[in-house]
Amino acid sequence: MKKICLSVSLLLGLMRAGYAQTTAPAYEARKLKIEELNLVSSYYNQDGNNSAVTGGIGSEKLTDYAQSFDLVLKSTDRRNRQHSLVFDLNIDHYTSASSDKIDPLTVSSASRSDTHIYPTVSWSVHDDASRTTKGIALSYSTEYDYKSYGINLSFVKASADNNRELSVKAGAFFDTWTVILPAELRPEGYGSGAEGDTDPVDHKPRNSYNAGLSLSQIVNKRMQVLLTVEPAFQQGLLSTPFHRMYFTDGSETVERLPGTRLKLPVALRLHYFFGDRVILRSFYRYYVDDWGMQAHTVNLETPI
Amino acid sequence: MTRQQTGAGLLLTLLALTTTACTTVKEYQKSRINDADMELSARKSEKFEQNFYLYREGAAGANGGKSGGGCGCN
Repeated sequence: MKKICLSVSLLLGLMRAGYAQTTAPAYEARKLKIEELNLVSSYYNQDGNNSAVTGGIGSEKLTDYAQSFDLVLKSTDRRNRQHSLVFDLNIDHYTSASSDKIDPLTVSSASRSDTHIYPTVSWSVHDDASRTTKGIALSYSTEYDYKSYGINLSFVKASADNNRELSVKAGAFFDTWTVILPAELRPEGYGSGAEGDTDPVDHKPRNSYNAGLSLSQIVNKRMQVLLTVEPAFQQGLLSTPFHRMYFTDGSETVERLPGTRLKLPVALRLHYFFGDRVILRSFYRYYVDDWGMQAHTVNLETPI
Repeated sequence: MTRQQTGAGLLLTLLALTTTACTTVKEYQKSRINDADMELSARKSEKFEQNFYLYREGAAGANGGKSGGGCGCN
């Protein structure tokens, strides 16, 4: 009798547990919390004797210190969708010997410096039920003679078994140049662009429109691949206004390039897990644009 | 055959080789696939390196990096 009572109690307990599972909410809404914090520092140095600022015959010495700080916040809403908010702040400070040669008559320092600041805020929502992620990002970039405002939209859809993922994105950057010309090529009354100089200088736009299509596929338990196509179109002032061009007759002008540019990079990434420890990360990119440039990039890497 | 055709051919061959025999991998079989080093994107530490490629060489994009905005023209 005792055995039967115990069995009935156990059965009722199980039924109750099953009932509880169907009615209670599987997840609760969670407040925004810090998920990740990344700090990346970089030092870059270059030298050479073919600077475009001096028509291909001057110092290219440049030093750049860069710092990136990104903060990832995540939360889950009542419909069990995961929201991600990312704040990304990048600052780089450079000194450039060639910049000093834009206006050698008024600047006496050995090198010229500037600070480039570019923050980005992005927000995305991932829905497990529909296997989709939607996102938006806003960006800003500022340098002494350059400003940029950008927007990016993205949509990702995963397959039912989560082994395949299709990603579509589109973005636009609206940039403005301050047209700083080499000192000897400025028309009468045209400013230098330096602080305190009240003479006017031109401002020209440079707009970029990007699209992106990616398809990732898990091939087996050890391998996955990603194919990406990212066409981009640019229009506006695509040349650098303080780059000099010298001709054999001794005359000189500023760099002039076409006002539009269509770029098409296509890339394949393949990652393979050998044994239990070794991973091979391979990357290949083919780039072509309508200025006649082609490039192949190959990267093979094994994390240790 | 032009370099452009060679590049496209290489890309298509690699893709064909890797996608012809896809198998369904269950969630519990993804321990290796989900390893942080298997993530199908450039590393965060490569962020600035990609910017330098863009500024110095022009050939950029399709690698998760910056593909517009800002100049870095010095």
